[in-house]
Amino acid sequence: MTLLFALLATIAVVCGILMVVQENPVRSALFLVLVMFSLALLYLTLNAAFIAAVQVVVYAGAIMVLFIFVIMLLNLGTPESMPNKLKPQTLLGIFSGLILVGVLVSMLVGTHGKSEALTPNLVGAYDIGITLFDPSKPWLFPFEVVSILLLVAAVGAVMLAKKRI
Amino acid sequence: MVPSVSLDSYLILSAILFTIGVTGVLIKRNPIIIFMCVELMLNAVNLTLVAFSRYQSTVAASTGLTPSHAIDGQMMVIFVMAVAAAEVSVGLGILVSIFRNRTSINVDEIDLMKG
Repeated sequence: MTLLFALLATIAVVCGILMVVQENPVRSALFLVLVMFSLALLYLTLNAAFIAAVQVVVYAGAIMVLFIFVIMLLNLGTPESMPNKLKPQTLLGIFSGLILVGVLVSMLVGTHGKSEALTPNLVGAYDIGITLFDPSKPWLFPFEVVSILLLVAAVGAVMLAKKRI
Repeated sequence: MVPSVSLDSYLILSAILFTIGVTGVLIKRNPIIIFMCVELMLNAVNLTLVAFSRYQSTVAASTGLTPSHAIDGQMMVIFVMAVAAAEVSVGLGILVSIFRNRTSINVDEIDLMKG
């Protein structure tokens, strides 16, 4: 289990770093897909089967297709040689990133050192659905609000991208 | 019983991924890659939520209580995913409309709202 976690975490971190380092947006998107897949497998090790499936379908499927499609549409496949006016910012960004990860990790280390045993109950679609649509639980109203949010986002995206309404 | 990974490891991995996302937003000049880094940050937070959800169910099982709120973290992940999908669709729509008007989407040149 520890070996699996170490493998998946290494894949996620290495692909994340490669994603940031790449100049080509298409390669960057493909590395992001790898990060998404390794995160989906990590959700499976956390007993969250439904979340893992949704992660693959929504993130690695829908959202990444949207990214690739926009890259293709805007013809950004080849990195244009734009003058980078912010060279000092790159160094400062990496430096502040190191500081941030140091602060976060030092905050986390030593909070809960004990290792938890794996419980066999996988949280699937049934449990999620029962909790989501139970009127006595607080999730029914946010679910309805999210449906309106998605409708507004779809209409807004069409309005923004359309040439003449 | 399979000995599994502690909560710390997931939280540290999540912190590292979040920091990669923050650094990418700071140093990249391509708005599409910036969006991808924002997605990476959202995913790091999702990992934290799922890890805490699992931790809560484990604690409830070990103390004999019913895990009444153990699934709440996963519910929040679903809503975060919905918001992320909405954000990406609107953001990429904005990028397309900017590209149509200016034929360049370098974030250094997008200073329309600068006072």
